[in-house]
Amino acid sequence: MKSGNGKIMSGKNKNDLWAFFSSVKLALFTFFALALASIIGTIIPQGGEFLHFVESRHLSSGTIKVMQALSLPDMYHSWWFVGFLSLFAINLIVCTIDRFPNLLRLVRMDNIALGVDRIVKMPQRRQWFTAAGVEDAESFFAAKLAGFGWKVRHGAHDGHTLLFAQKGPWTRLGVIGVHTSILLIFVGAIIGSSLGFKASLMLPEGTTAAQVYSSGNDNATIPLKFQLRCDWFELDRYDNGTPKDYRSELTVLEDGHEVLKKAIEVNDPLVYRGITFYQSSYQPIKGSYAVEISDKARNLSHRFFIRPGKEIKWPEAGVGFGIVEQRPLYPNSIRHKIWFNDPAGDPVEFWVANGSRVPVVRGGNKYEIVIKQMYATGLQVAHDPGVWFVYAGCIIMLLGLYVAFFMSHRRVWVVLTPTDDGRLKVNFNGSTNKNRVGFDNHFNHMAEELGADESINLTRE
Amino acid sequence: MTSSMLLGITTIAYLVASGLYIALLVFRVKKLGTLATGLTAVTFLVQTAAIILRWMESYRMGYGHPPLSNMYESLVFFSWATVIFYFGLELKFKNRILGAFAIPFAFVSMALASMFHPDAIQPLVPALQSNWLFAHVMTCFVGYAAFAVASGLGVMYLVKLKFQGKEGLLASLPELRVIDDIIHKTIVFGFLWLSAGIITGAIWANSAWGTYWSWDPKETWSLITWFVYAAALHARFTRGWGGKRIAWLAIIGFVAVVFTYYGVNFLLSGLHSYGSG
Repeated sequence: MKSGNGKIMSGKNKNDLWAFFSSVKLALFTFFALALASIIGTIIPQGGEFLHFVESRHLSSGTIKVMQALSLPDMYHSWWFVGFLSLFAINLIVCTIDRFPNLLRLVRMDNIALGVDRIVKMPQRRQWFTAAGVEDAESFFAAKLAGFGWKVRHGAHDGHTLLFAQKGPWTRLGVIGVHTSILLIFVGAIIGSSLGFKASLMLPEGTTAAQVYSSGNDNATIPLKFQLRCDWFELDRYDNGTPKDYRSELTVLEDGHEVLKKAIEVNDPLVYRGITFYQSSYQPIKGSYAVEISDKARNLSHRFFIRPGKEIKWPEAGVGFGIVEQRPLYPNSIRHKIWFNDPAGDPVEFWVANGSRVPVVRGGNKYEIVIKQMYATGLQVAHDPGVWFVYAGCIIMLLGLYVAFFMSHRRVWVVLTPTDDGRLKVNFNGSTNKNRVGFDNHFNHMAEELGADESINLTRE
Repeated sequence: MTSSMLLGITTIAYLVASGLYIALLVFRVKKLGTLATGLTAVTFLVQTAAIILRWMESYRMGYGHPPLSNMYESLVFFSWATVIFYFGLELKFKNRILGAFAIPFAFVSMALASMFHPDAIQPLVPALQSNWLFAHVMTCFVGYAAFAVASGLGVMYLVKLKFQGKEGLLASLPELRVIDDIIHKTIVFGFLWLSAGIITGAIWANSAWGTYWSWDPKETWSLITWFVYAAALHARFTRGWGGKRIAWLAIIGFVAVVFTYYGVNFLLSGLHSYGSG
């Protein structure tokens, strides 16, 4: 007796817990809790801005300590916020497991064995009588329903002859799709944060890096299995001075060999070995300039990163050059006075506006010079093996929402029952789980056409 | 004719159209309804022309981008989307009185744009130069427009409920049951588009910055809005919520939308700062 009682008790407890975690009440609670907590995070600046915030508000050290104890400076990663997210995920998992069998039963249900009593009580119904025989009536309705676009199944149950057809039974699973998609996004996020990294890199033009710096609190260095070189950085501005484009020409090297070249821009990153390099910012390197000289006759070209007041040699072309003077150029640029020499004659000096391409004619040869500010390109670096789970989740969510909201499971039955006076009673019934109005119209339209068809002469009495 | 002039005309015409729809609600003269719908339709065409013209003007200035890049342009587009969504409702439910609760949103949005936001066509900063701009803004604003209309209908429901019995003035409003159904369908429609808007935003962020979600205030507020409507839908589907409670949720949801769209840009800082111009 005692043990039996205990069993019932533990079973009941388990059911209570299960019911709690699968309940919509819990879902509504977590929606509310997550929404409310998120508001806090948008009001209190997160991460690096937090210190600035507490200083500007002159908060007492006690308040700051409480905020730090609650992890408010990094709220979205705090134990309690992640706790709410976990609760949300558990709720989704349990609720899905809880409802799935029932939904699957509805999808796979044998609607012919449903029972005539239940079928004739479906929301949409018509009743007729006909003098036609069972086989004639059966083939008439089968042909008509097929004409309306239904795939008909035949059956018999308890002395009744039945026809059944349905559309979109699987659409009942749309809601499962939506819930699973959210879990898939969570999985992607967990994979991304545990196996991936976010980092950054400031890479001056002409230099090569083999490591990046984690964006996490530790700023740890993350070694790359290859090297990345910035060959050139270009900044384009609109007439009003705001940046139009910034572009970095990058080269990937493996053991000193060039394996990939790509010019990246914002919105157009470089991907190599699962690591993505995003153009995110730039920084001028004060007092340094990037020069590109092409020797047209010999089809040679070379880039130099230089400081003014020093002669630079390009032995390959026999050229020597340098910046000897600089002056501002209206409205927000500068120009450089270049000293230039090659074997063709005496050295020359000339002015070049920053960033513009100028020809230099020397004897029979022609050179082209462009000189501009030297920059370091700012790159965001990300490795996120979870992102495809997230994207898959996003697509499944949209499809699932569409199915769950805009598609329905529609069913129609025709039940043929012989009557005492030797005729046939015809019950035409239908049901839908959504969009009742639309289905009503469709059903009424079908019923009217069936009733008007004279081949088996359906009558109301 | 410049786009700015056409948009000026649009603002005034939506004001007049709002007045006509409200007059229809009060006086129940059928002709007013025809006039209101006619004026709104013509204004909508003018507004459409203005948006296309502005797009062309941006090409002439050498910038060449769809007019969805700052607060002024997005308010114009919000107004446009609200009107097209309202027309869909009017056609589907054959009821013009809904306009009294929808077209004022189109006017207010245009008025805000012209009063508080510079209308100069500006070049796109590099972060916005992406095909996702169009997809992201489009999806978000179709959703926002639906939510605006849903909240208008929520107000309609509550007004009708309050004066139930002593009708007279409000007899022309649809039955409570019908309003409730339209609110629900509108929220469902908006929710799908809001989800698509958040998703396109996440994909764009990932292709521009390498992170699809960074808890930036705009992202977070869009998620808060999503939770409000998700709660409303769950409460209806599984607990049978309807009527007054859904009407209130439609209003609360739209407050969250307004904050996501408008409030965040002025009260909180973040990645979306370019939207505040």
